[in-house]
Amino acid sequence: MAYVAIADRDHEHELHDPQSFIRKYIWSQDHKVIAIQYAVVAIAIGLVALVMSVLMRLQLGFPDTFKLITPDHYYQFITMHGMIMVIYLLTALFLGGFGNYLIPLMLGSRDMVFPYMNMLSFWFYLLAVLVLVAGLFVPGGPTGAGWTLYPPQAILPGTPGATWGIICMLASLAIFIVAFTMGGLNYVTTVLQARCRGMTFMRMPLSVWGIFSASILGLLAFPALFVSAIMMTLDSVVGTSFFLPAVSSMGENLKHSGGSPLLFQHLFWFFGHPEVYIVALPAFGIVSDLLSTHARRNIFGYRMMVWAILAIACLSFVVWAHHMYISGMNPYFGFFFATTTLIIAVPTAIKVYNWVLTIWRGDVHLTVPMLFAIGFIFTFVNGGLTGLFLGNVTVDVPLSGTYFVVAHFHMVMGVSPILVVFGAIYHWYPKITGRMFDERLGKIHFWATFLGTYAIYLPMHYLGILGVPRRYYAYSDSIDFISPSVHIANEWISISAVFVAAVQLIFLFNLVWSYFHGKPAGGNPWRATSLEWQTPDTPPKHGNWGKDLPVVHRWAYDYNVPGAPNDFIPQNQPPDGSVPAGRDHGVKA
Amino acid sequence: MSQQPMTMPEGLGGVTADWSADKQAFPVPWGKAMMWIFLLSDTFIFSCFLTGYMNVRMSTTVPWPNPSEVFALTVAGKSIPLLLIAIMTMVLITSSGTMAMAVNFGYRRDRKRTAMLMFATAALGLTFVGMQAFEWTKLIMEGVRPWGNPFGAAQFGSAFFMITGFHGLHVSGGVIYLTVVAIRVLNGFYDRKGTYETVEVAGLYWHFVDLVWVFIFAFFYLW
Repeated sequence: MAYVAIADRDHEHELHDPQSFIRKYIWSQDHKVIAIQYAVVAIAIGLVALVMSVLMRLQLGFPDTFKLITPDHYYQFITMHGMIMVIYLLTALFLGGFGNYLIPLMLGSRDMVFPYMNMLSFWFYLLAVLVLVAGLFVPGGPTGAGWTLYPPQAILPGTPGATWGIICMLASLAIFIVAFTMGGLNYVTTVLQARCRGMTFMRMPLSVWGIFSASILGLLAFPALFVSAIMMTLDSVVGTSFFLPAVSSMGENLKHSGGSPLLFQHLFWFFGHPEVYIVALPAFGIVSDLLSTHARRNIFGYRMMVWAILAIACLSFVVWAHHMYISGMNPYFGFFFATTTLIIAVPTAIKVYNWVLTIWRGDVHLTVPMLFAIGFIFTFVNGGLTGLFLGNVTVDVPLSGTYFVVAHFHMVMGVSPILVVFGAIYHWYPKITGRMFDERLGKIHFWATFLGTYAIYLPMHYLGILGVPRRYYAYSDSIDFISPSVHIANEWISISAVFVAAVQLIFLFNLVWSYFHGKPAGGNPWRATSLEWQTPDTPPKHGNWGKDLPVVHRWAYDYNVPGAPNDFIPQNQPPDGSVPAGRDHGVKA
Repeated sequence: MSQQPMTMPEGLGGVTADWSADKQAFPVPWGKAMMWIFLLSDTFIFSCFLTGYMNVRMSTTVPWPNPSEVFALTVAGKSIPLLLIAIMTMVLITSSGTMAMAVNFGYRRDRKRTAMLMFATAALGLTFVGMQAFEWTKLIMEGVRPWGNPFGAAQFGSAFFMITGFHGLHVSGGVIYLTVVAIRVLNGFYDRKGTYETVEVAGLYWHFVDLVWVFIFAFFYLW
């Protein structure tokens, strides 16, 4: 049997419209419903992590004020905040949320290739979140080992949650990986096999490219975390010594011997570094589409953008040990990993230049999504530049244990992707709900968040250069290198953090209020070209496209094409006398 | 695609253009494409297991037990190294053969033979798991535990139980998978569906599990 475009097999694709409420909204196999389920759970658990970060900041800004925050709690907050934000919020939201919503709609498919498995993916994700939350209530509380969970300390007495908390964390991670694998296989296979007619790879919107590459990264990187979770569980429960060398704890020699803590660090960061790009690549892709749409210009250097995404994806597998310079390694390895780390800055810089050149002399509309997209360029350049410092062994070694690193990674993989998440939610909100959000509240939300995060993280760079160590519960005045200005900075940072956290309530209010009272948005409020804006219904119905699948005639960036009657030409607009032929990438027509 | 005739660029450009064209990237059913991608991901899992094992084998300070002696069976008063493992490996590789034949008969729409060969494959897989259970029992009787053993480095037992256990789970899962597919073959499910591709997809998984065993055999038992 010859396998041709899915458009030709459309008759095989039976559509059973779910009727009952439960089949439609709870046990749903529709990618759009699953996407919203993923997003709601991710944002909910993300709010828990946000509250934890506020509690940490209260302790750091005003030590001795909040007696309820003990050192143990502080470490538990750090750990849970980091893990939730990276895995359960950003990964789940970008891939499970935006991936699920956008891939079939942008590619002109009816759904993911295996909707049932897609549904299972969400329910496993929910289970992973529940196990994680259960960890908050077990004896000893959640683990306080730091989000990197380094052994031996993660499973030895003295670290909070070293008995039950860590097991809940590892179990939850393993379940999450199962969930992600089921989702990720769907995303990758859908992009490879189920694009509509005319949708060549080089006509895919960059959002899809970003999510597609990130899903591949996830499928190849999460196994390392899965294996290390199994090994650490065995070390903790069964008494094996994969990661534990001979340790003496509380004056007693433990029964472990001969294991390698460095093995865990390698496995963890073999996952951990691609994880950075699992979060960053979808953000790169989505922000490209936001900039192009709201500046009414075609994306600058589309091909280059695609190759840069792929180059970053490949390189991200050979840089992991730059997280381990202070763990000690052969200088040749240090040299190798520093070199690869700096090389990855090249494709990344290409992307930044292309984003700037996309809006350069464009017809920039400062809509809310556009503000967030431009804000992303700023924070990403900031965070990226400090990354160049930390990529070098000699500079990293003195800075690695300080707030400089905290500032760096929050800027580059905390704030930057979150700004894109906000921009993307505002951008696609009209399509998802059929209503427009409140523009004024959105702008307040942007400015407060954008300036607020700078108020938080800029001073942290300064603290880092001063040598203020991270992961400390309190800085006593008797430590003489901690200058009084550190305390002032910490107070300022904490006040800003509480402010930024509070501002997010405006965002949530806007989402909920606009769902009921927002102005009807119409099918294509941004006058965008990509397929998800061309659906017959808004919000799109089950099956997305009504009777016939769309046919694509051009790339996704035909804005302000000379000779065209409108300032945008949708991807499914056939060329005729009034509309120029589509710009093509890959096949010369 | 569009109405006008297409001209493909020559050379490497043509390859790229062809591959990125508006068709399925791989000319195979969705299920098969997904299974391949899953197996790629699973390869990384087993690679991490084996890398972890090699790493602790280097990091441990106690000498590593000699696998030829630990995994020897005494037959007629003679100690034969790796006898059981050799038989297990033979059984598993034979099962790959029956599986390949099942796929072949599947494409010929030979319902009975396909199902029988798949049941035979599952039975061989079950034999493998049974022999593995025997091996585990024997080692446990000899005092090998995940946290220590009388022969040397504690990591020997840890890595052994973890890796063979994880592989054994894959085989057991495969036996269930094959049995389900075989029953569907027998009751004509795939005749009604019009394609036997699921048999081949199950076969891919089964061959992968066999291949992984070859690596475990080489790196853990022979090294």
